[in-house]
Amino acid sequence: MDFIEFKNVYKVYKNGVSALADLNLTIKKGEFVFIIGQSGSGKSTLTKLLYREERPNRGEVLVGGVNVSKLRNGNVYKLRRKIGVVFQDFKLLPKLTVYENVAYPLETYGMSRGEIREKVLTALERVGLKERMHSFPNELSGGEQQRVGLARAIVNEPKLIICDEPTGDLDPKLSREVMDFIEKINQELGSTIIMATHDKEIVNRMKKRVICLHDGVLISDKEAGGYIENEDN
Amino acid sequence: MKIIRIIGKGIKDAFKSVFRNFSLSIASISCIAITLVIVAIALIASYNVNNITKHIEGVLEIVIFIDRDADADVEKEIGEEIKKLDNVDTSKVVFHSKEDLATELREDDPNMALILDTLDDNPLQASYVVSVKDVLKIGETAEDIQELQHVTSVRYGESVVNKLLNVFGILRNSCAVAVIALIVVTAFLVGNTIKITIFSRRQEIQIMRLVGTSNTVIKLPFLIEGFVLGVIGGLIALGISLFAYYFIFDYTNGSIFTNLAPLVSPSSIVVNTSIVLIAVGGLVGMFGSIMSTRKYLKI
Repeated sequence: MDFIEFKNVYKVYKNGVSALADLNLTIKKGEFVFIIGQSGSGKSTLTKLLYREERPNRGEVLVGGVNVSKLRNGNVYKLRRKIGVVFQDFKLLPKLTVYENVAYPLETYGMSRGEIREKVLTALERVGLKERMHSFPNELSGGEQQRVGLARAIVNEPKLIICDEPTGDLDPKLSREVMDFIEKINQELGSTIIMATHDKEIVNRMKKRVICLHDGVLISDKEAGGYIENEDN
Repeated sequence: MKIIRIIGKGIKDAFKSVFRNFSLSIASISCIAITLVIVAIALIASYNVNNITKHIEGVLEIVIFIDRDADADVEKEIGEEIKKLDNVDTSKVVFHSKEDLATELREDDPNMALILDTLDDNPLQASYVVSVKDVLKIGETAEDIQELQHVTSVRYGESVVNKLLNVFGILRNSCAVAVIALIVVTAFLVGNTIKITIFSRRQEIQIMRLVGTSNTVIKLPFLIEGFVLGVIGGLIALGISLFAYYFIFDYTNGSIFTNLAPLVSPSSIVVNTSIVLIAVGGLVGMFGSIMSTRKYLKI
């Protein structure tokens, strides 16, 4: 069954820039999908439509059968609790420890301490950072910081994990390390993973489904194992 | 439990923020305190105005002089007419006949007795002495009585009453204007403090939005912060104004100028003043905060 559906989606920003044009796309539950394309090709817009940071001008975006573009502002948070987002710049709070950063969303949901502790420790174990839970972000390497970001994204065991250039700020070795954890989570939790990336090496190595955008138009959709020579193809 | 935990976190974040932006918080608290000291002055003044008015009610009377040619029936009829007026306290309508007055005068002063003896006719006028229910309407009541037939003149110490009422009116209006102006300024200042807080916590707010924190939970710490600033300002204003009032009360021995204007005892106004100042402080703080979160908090 399709978990995510884009139906004739158009997105034009207020400044007139067309980010997506007539996008039609379906993604199955548990799938691992790369979204690739040059800067300005619409990768980030596509991910933002999924967690309702942006709304399409036309068309429908369905996540788990829910038309997210029609969600009322007051209800968007319910959708976002089911989605984990990993960012290029990690978006960690520097004054909080690793544990506190991962616990932060759950605290704002009003969960009990015991419940939070259990979930946070499980998430940190999944990304291999349980031993570093009392460290502050500035005491960690870039790869470790991104793994904290990943732990925060999966702490509520979301059905969908969106990664927006998660290895953009990391060197190839650390990128591989982070990608290994993301793949492991995909297998362990069965979460659908959508990753926007520039990193050709990762895309080629992981052999997953690859969707390529160019100027907001879907130009190729290669099934698992898809290999690309360069991003323009 | 969930709600309690969310509110608990909101309160914790709010206090953290008050200390994090300490200088701005102090500015907001000071402004709220100054505004509320003026509110307190207006409040305490109004308690005293009411008290003085009540006191005057007790001592102020209308004296109605009746035409000398009026006979006993007419005098009695005037008494009945006076009692029919709404503002007249019917239990306090006292009649003094010409004869009673003459007797009183004779007893008080032997010279007056001699003078009265030389006259063929009693030159004095019968009168009624009347108390009113609402002293603020004493002028209207006096005018109504003046219009009755056979009433020659009506006296109630109008100059003193009018002057007092004028002073009270000016005091009340100027306090109201000052309070409204200061409340607006204070709300803006609190709003500005909250704006800085929102700015300094923008990364945290962005993360909260993206991880699915509800709008209410995001806004709550800012509302609490505004409320906390307001309440602290209120408490400071309460301390200053009550201390000052206790001092004035002791210094004047509980009355200003004459015994006609006794001051309300400080202990009797502590509870009301506290409730008003803390509530106004809290509301103004929250109002400033709501303005700012609406404008600057993008959710």
